[in-house]
Amino acid sequence: MSTRLASGGRLLNKGKQVHFSFNGKQLTGFEGDTLASALLANDQMMIGRSFKYHRPRGIVASGAEEPNALFNMGEGGKFEPNQRATTTELFNGLSCASQNHWPSLEFDIGAINNHMTRFFPAGFYYKTFMFPAFAWKHVFEPIVRQSAGLGKAPKDRDVDTYEHFYAYVDVVIIGGGVAGLQAAKAAGASGAKVILMEQTPHWGGRAPVDGGDVDGMPVEDYITTLINDLKQMPNVTMRNRMMGAGVYDHGYVLGYERVTDHTPLENGPRHRLWRIRTKQIVTATGAIERPLSFAGNDIPGVMLASAVRDYVVDYGVSIGDRTVVVTNNDDAYRTAIALKKAGLEVPVVLDARASGGGALAEEAKALGIRVENGKGIAKVKGGKRVTGVAICAQAGEGSVLEEIKCDAVAMSGGWSPVVHLWSHCGGKLIWDDAQAHFRPDATRPPKGADGEGFVIPAGIANGPLDLPAVLADAHAAGLAAVKAIGMTSDVTAPVAEEKPEAAMEPVWLMPQGAGPKLRIKTWLDYQNDVKVSDVRLAAQEGYESVEHTKRYTTLGMATDQGKLSNINGLATLAGQLNAPIPAVGTTTFRPPYTPISFGAIAGEARDEVFQPLRRTPISGWHADNNAFDEPVGQWRRPYCYPQNGESHADAVKREINQTRTSVGLLDASTLGKIIVKGPDAGKFMDMMYTNMMSTLKPGKCRYGLMCNENGFLMDDGVVARIDEDTFLCHTTTGGAERIHGWMEDWLQCEWWDWKVYTANVTEQYAQIAVVGPNARKVIEKLGGDMDVSKEALAFMEWKDGKIGDFDARAYRISFSGELSYEIAVPASQGRAFWDALLEAGAEFGIMPYGTEGLHVMRAEKGFIMIGDETDGTVIPQDLNLNWAISKKKEDFLGKRAQLRDHMASADRWKLVGLETLDGSVIPDGSYIPADGNNANGQRNVQGRVTSTYYSPTLDRGIAMALVHNGLDRMGDVIECNTVSGTMIKAKIVDPVFYDKEGEKQNV
Amino acid sequence: MSNVVSALAGVSHAGFAKIEETGLNGMITVRGDLGSSEMAAAVKAATGASVPAIRKIAAGDKGRVAWMSPDELLVIVAYDDVADTMAALNDGLSGVHALVANVSDARAVFRISGDNTREVLAKVSPVDLSSEAFGAGDFRRSRIAQVAAAFWMNDDNSFEVVCFRSVAQYVFDVLRVSSDKGGEVGFFS
Amino acid sequence: MLTLKCPYCGVDAEETELHAEGEAHLKRFGPGSSDDDFESYLFMRENPKGVHFERWRHQSGCGKFFHAARCTMTLQVFGTYPAQTLEPPQDIKDKISATYPGWSWREFQ
Repeated sequence: MSTRLASGGRLLNKGKQVHFSFNGKQLTGFEGDTLASALLANDQMMIGRSFKYHRPRGIVASGAEEPNALFNMGEGGKFEPNQRATTTELFNGLSCASQNHWPSLEFDIGAINNHMTRFFPAGFYYKTFMFPAFAWKHVFEPIVRQSAGLGKAPKDRDVDTYEHFYAYVDVVIIGGGVAGLQAAKAAGASGAKVILMEQTPHWGGRAPVDGGDVDGMPVEDYITTLINDLKQMPNVTMRNRMMGAGVYDHGYVLGYERVTDHTPLENGPRHRLWRIRTKQIVTATGAIERPLSFAGNDIPGVMLASAVRDYVVDYGVSIGDRTVVVTNNDDAYRTAIALKKAGLEVPVVLDARASGGGALAEEAKALGIRVENGKGIAKVKGGKRVTGVAICAQAGEGSVLEEIKCDAVAMSGGWSPVVHLWSHCGGKLIWDDAQAHFRPDATRPPKGADGEGFVIPAGIANGPLDLPAVLADAHAAGLAAVKAIGMTSDVTAPVAEEKPEAAMEPVWLMPQGAGPKLRIKTWLDYQNDVKVSDVRLAAQEGYESVEHTKRYTTLGMATDQGKLSNINGLATLAGQLNAPIPAVGTTTFRPPYTPISFGAIAGEARDEVFQPLRRTPISGWHADNNAFDEPVGQWRRPYCYPQNGESHADAVKREINQTRTSVGLLDASTLGKIIVKGPDAGKFMDMMYTNMMSTLKPGKCRYGLMCNENGFLMDDGVVARIDEDTFLCHTTTGGAERIHGWMEDWLQCEWWDWKVYTANVTEQYAQIAVVGPNARKVIEKLGGDMDVSKEALAFMEWKDGKIGDFDARAYRISFSGELSYEIAVPASQGRAFWDALLEAGAEFGIMPYGTEGLHVMRAEKGFIMIGDETDGTVIPQDLNLNWAISKKKEDFLGKRAQLRDHMASADRWKLVGLETLDGSVIPDGSYIPADGNNANGQRNVQGRVTSTYYSPTLDRGIAMALVHNGLDRMGDVIECNTVSGTMIKAKIVDPVFYDKEGEKQNV
Repeated sequence: MSNVVSALAGVSHAGFAKIEETGLNGMITVRGDLGSSEMAAAVKAATGASVPAIRKIAAGDKGRVAWMSPDELLVIVAYDDVADTMAALNDGLSGVHALVANVSDARAVFRISGDNTREVLAKVSPVDLSSEAFGAGDFRRSRIAQVAAAFWMNDDNSFEVVCFRSVAQYVFDVLRVSSDKGGEVGFFS
Repeated sequence: MLTLKCPYCGVDAEETELHAEGEAHLKRFGPGSSDDDFESYLFMRENPKGVHFERWRHQSGCGKFFHAARCTMTLQVFGTYPAQTLEPPQDIKDKISATYPGWSWREFQ
């Protein structure tokens, strides 16, 4: 059994007990424990079921590479699946549950899959569930959904907060082990601005566990001096609990800081995503130990040798009373020695190397540990827990030489540098034959904006495995980083004691001649249940590319992305293909290094600040008066204002009838307003608009069209000429910023010698349309010095003055066909002006109308709407707006395009009105089919409906449509389709349904 | 006029730093040749300040002037002085090609004061806000989370943030969230 | 996530402050131009693996449009420059030549 030892546990505060629960069981640990160490201390070796076969699984590792110990963590609004026990700090009240079993961890029905292993080969999902088609939806999918997957999806809203933080520094050092600390000291001494980040709560990495002497002191003490030195440097920021999540172009680094994961009751964000821009990056990301591939290597109790050592030294936890160590390198002897020194039994060290180990092996033997060279594990015995191992010759096929009882196995297949962050932005790797691993090729780093490398690997992450070389390399990396930015540092490198080790020997299968019966129980990827036999099968079936094999077998997918399985899987594939490992290559390393929370990615953007909502000065009134809003870009505009429980349709009808018969109000503040000023303003306006604007007289207004260079209509609005040099251009609600940018583009990049300035003054004004036969009476009632009579302010004129107490500019323009004034006042007076109009208009029954009323009234008048009648492929000529296209001007934006053959063709769809024969309303998006099919067997189409409404004024359905040869087909009856498949008959008519002569607006 | 209200009527929030809407400011967009003698004279007459250097804000006895782009300034004066300031600017620039526009009502202004003011902005703006890179008198146009904004730093380590009036509530909410207690980062020394 | 220096306000702007605006140094063809010239102006664009000249706008910043010369493959930036020009400045062309001797892009080399 695994248990807490009486002594040891350098990271623990044994004076402080911590209570937590696992699958409903109340357990205790110590402050400083990880969830994994606390579970092991409570003999909770089995912590989950595997993904595919539902085999019992235990904790394998002690860090970010852990594939098995994933939990559903927390409850309610703090629930989160797939949380790694090895990187979760224990806190009081932590509650977690194991995943992927039903009904319970101990008794799991899905475990029957384990006995059907041979029916779930590589590519299982691709080979099965193919036929019959109906079975997928009704049989396969429900079963797969029930039995597959890891954690549960959260049901409740996340109660935590998250944030971003932008930081700008010279050097980022990722990894706070001894290498990262050394590199930080070397770099920091230059005065450069440095961030050093470490994903765990502790500095120093695993060096204190592995031991060694530096500058005449134990490495643990040396680390303390490094930390103290760095704390004295004001230019160095040290952040632990912060993982280097990704390295991106131009020195962009994401740091994932877990601020309150370990103190969930504290104020503050749960996670903070640091968005760092740096000149140089040092990746001191360490290395990960590889498992060995032998039968039963996934049985709970089989663990990485380094992890076994970590749990003993760091957390005072023994994984078993009797631990068999199996290795192909010297490092694992450290585990045997550490266990022995802790008073635990090591029945044997199985060293796959025929020649055995070096000094560490001798040290182990001196402690009385039995060492067997050239031996390996034929098979691990046990089900939910290791009970023993069968020993065999590594060189053989697995004949059992001896069986040894044990309750834990510590395995080591060598070490692989963590090259992820080096590789994220394109750093290349080379294969190191001596260590049988990929390491960064320092001559091919990722390159930045200046064309030079900006990532420097340091320490074990760069390949060297022994302490002296690690420190020397890290020191050099720190110096190189500051040198690259033109700074210097004069710190001298530390000297670490040399401890030579015997060379490791690659072991990709144990024993090397293991037959199919062993291989089918030999795991490569614990998380995805991929075995040696699966990779071999994939190779046999023709999968040669490592990327394809990954997808086919699922090797190296999911949350751990193959941190343990990658190299072993590659080597197995290479072996089967008879190719050298570097020729097979690796899969691509992509950010993030380990999964980060969606919350951290979203940052502050949730709830009320999920996205900006733009509000007019009158929005408060709308909200207080039951407005039903619709989004128009980022604006929220009232669609209608339902009263006394009436439907939206009834509200729209009431608002229109009131406006047409008396007077209504529209909050038109969202319309874009752009000032164009300068000696060349007229010339510029003539280029921007299809109309002749330079001839517009001051005091007058003109409706104008803007096209892009493709000739397509992009915006419209009323232009007012303020004075000889100055125009004020109204744009559509969504168009202000876009059109302002469009104008600036031409002024800055094409006609930069023209004397024109623009300014977007959209939000300076609250603009209110007072609309209807009684509009003038309402305005006159407010008083002021402005004469708004027909004579003083005629249709399509504007005027400045006082209306009541308000500084106003009134435009006699109409988008409804009624007598209409659009009145702009300073935004800060907008609400007061709105209130004043409501009060003055009370006797006329004044009421606001929303955007739907606006749309219906403009459609009754046959006025087009950008975005309804246009879709980016419509030219003004299609909309019969030739009157607004100057024939005198030599040039305007879009003119050349409108001369192209198909633009000038008589065959284009033209805007017409539609009246349904039965008075019904055609659905939005309706098409007008034609006879026959096209070459692709699709129904021919002769037009489409662009706007369709119920018209309260006419009490019938009206619509506008673009119809092939529409203008020549007045009176024809066509058919419009509906979703249900029925057709609606409609007559082609003039699009102006109401007041064709325009008498009502010109009074 | 009592009818005149700023976007959020002076709302405030006390987090680890204080966020407050400063109320209405007189703000005038001036476009023209920033290097011309006419511009220098007009700006001096209107505000008492000189034309600011690139990405700076300058102060005079009547107001402040911020560098917006190579051909644009933002003149900031008391709200009630806008008409006079506009007149002075128009006067000074009467002979030359320029644009003077009142944008006082198109803006909202927030002050960030107290402790760790730099952090409030550094969470939501992609700008180097370290003391080496940004100090009193520096002015920057950028974005606050998802909207355009400009800000400058005062002598007392407070910041003033200018945004469009329509997104005042959004910007206030973002700054409020950004300054929530417990969210101190401790990065800037 | 590029960083480009805005040549107008001097800010090293990260990509979230910028807006990509397509190919640089397009010559406008208006009324009177041939169909071929106009088609080329409207639709034909360079799509190089290597040296490229682009338009960017410092959208969340000073609002100005500028040009950038960069390598689409390595993301090396050879320089940024104001838009009021018909061709890239010589010093930027020299910088490109130092990395890619014999390069050409449309009529420039």
